[in-house]
Amino acid sequence: MKNAISDALVITKRQLLQLARVPEVLLFSTIQPVMFVLLFRYVFGGSISTGQPGGYVQLLMPGIFVQTVAFTLAATASGLAEDMGKGLIDRFRSLPISRSALVVGRTLGDSLLNIVVLAVMGTAGYVVGWRPTSGLPKVLLAFLFLLLFGYALSWTGIFAGLSARDARVVQNMSFMITFPMTFLSNAFAPTTGMPRALQYVAEWNPVSTMVAACRELFGVKNQFGVTAGSFPSTHPLVMSLIYMVVIMVIFIPLSVRKYINSSK
Amino acid sequence: MDDLSLDVEEGTVLSVLGPNGAGKTTTVRILATLLNPDSGQASVGGIDVIRNPEKVREIIGLSGQYAAVDETLTGWDNLVMFGRLYHLGKQASINRANELLERFSLTDSARRPIKTYSGGMRRRLDLAASLIVKPKVLFLDEPTTGLDPRGRQEMWGVIEELVKDGVTLLLTTQYLEEADQLADEIAVIDHGKVIARGTSDVLKKQVGGERLEVVVESQQIQATMEIVSKVSGNKASLDDALRQVSAPVSTGVSALIEVLRELDASGIHPLDVGLKRPSLDDVFMSLTGHVAEEGEQS
Repeated sequence: MKNAISDALVITKRQLLQLARVPEVLLFSTIQPVMFVLLFRYVFGGSISTGQPGGYVQLLMPGIFVQTVAFTLAATASGLAEDMGKGLIDRFRSLPISRSALVVGRTLGDSLLNIVVLAVMGTAGYVVGWRPTSGLPKVLLAFLFLLLFGYALSWTGIFAGLSARDARVVQNMSFMITFPMTFLSNAFAPTTGMPRALQYVAEWNPVSTMVAACRELFGVKNQFGVTAGSFPSTHPLVMSLIYMVVIMVIFIPLSVRKYINSSK
Repeated sequence: MDDLSLDVEEGTVLSVLGPNGAGKTTTVRILATLLNPDSGQASVGGIDVIRNPEKVREIIGLSGQYAAVDETLTGWDNLVMFGRLYHLGKQASINRANELLERFSLTDSARRPIKTYSGGMRRRLDLAASLIVKPKVLFLDEPTTGLDPRGRQEMWGVIEELVKDGVTLLLTTQYLEEADQLADEIAVIDHGKVIARGTSDVLKKQVGGERLEVVVESQQIQATMEIVSKVSGNKASLDDALRQVSAPVSTGVSALIEVLRELDASGIHPLDVGLKRPSLDDVFMSLTGHVAEEGEQS
């Protein structure tokens, strides 16, 4: 057990070293979300009336936090697919290390990366007028919650990466899934403007329950369309936790098994 | 694979020789615990690879066709990381990394990302990574495929050093010359089957005796053909481009002397003359009935 943890930490350290050796990666993975903050804040901010004190940016920030955390799974997936293609996974598998070390180490590294990215974005948000009104403990709880969501999602990235044949393919595929997932939600625009059928999809979407939960924790009122009064709308935090547990219960064993049986 | 059976004596080098798709990599992957065979059994250092893969991993080193190291990281980063994964402890990992970099002449490039390494340097680093804990058994899967002649020479030098240290080595290759150079014993495989096995001398004998080869000026080819055919007792064959006349002989040096004497008597002065033992290419040809060419991918 002690070895399992220290093996995983060696893998996490590898990921941090990679960032240190190619700092551009970290730079771009923080610039992109900051760009989203600025674009949405100033392009849509003026035309979406929110009825919220503080304006659109209060609604926007939780949405962008969730989106950014969701997008990191593409990097996880392509990183693993690349290791696989280069034969690095084979080498790790021929070492006398714990069978879960590689994948657990990677998910821990992703979480550390998310901490940095969320901190940068939070700062950028503050600069353009984001002011959570709920007090520090709730704000920190929201960030913890975002990290947990990122952790759960990174297991789906691991599974996708180990199942893929090519790093570029899996990266594009991840975006093909995460992009509509994050936009077909309440993250950037209220779901109430969507066609009725879409409202169901959007409001049950885990991205929406996450965003709603964060908004609640930041002290922002949520708006619901057709599902108003249903469980995800009244308990977005609990619903999000259920989603995370389900994701992990499915993808952790799948990923570990995939890793153990992986052969190029 | 089809009924493939191999064993390697401790402290010796067995080369598994065969074309692409013959089953070489599959064999190595099974022995290195990366792949479970559908049936059959295998053990490494007396340990069953199917029942006790963890124990096997502690005594093996594997270096594959692809340089399996992290290319973003430096050579030093990689070796220290693998040291930690072998549970060497921090300082011991660092010491071992420095030692291996020194031994494989990579100290100067230790702090550069692997991306900037040449093909030969990558292979050496990959090999170094498989030697972190001084494995009892080392698997090298086509260690020189894709290297230029110089890189190949360097790699051979490094492998010969390792063998002197007494590691048991299973080496796969599609280069007949490489097997000849490095291995104590050679197993020739084709379509997942061992089709011949033995020292390179034994394999060469299996193919037949020596050939007498004489190179002469164009106008003397006809006369030379007659002399060589007479001495050999077999019809001599001609390589037009090389102006080389050759034929199998069973009496070795005395046949050579006899041919020289007859040539001299006819006033023919050969440009080159020699006895040639068959190459492993010839071995492969005669064993499989086809030249060592690419089969379908396994």
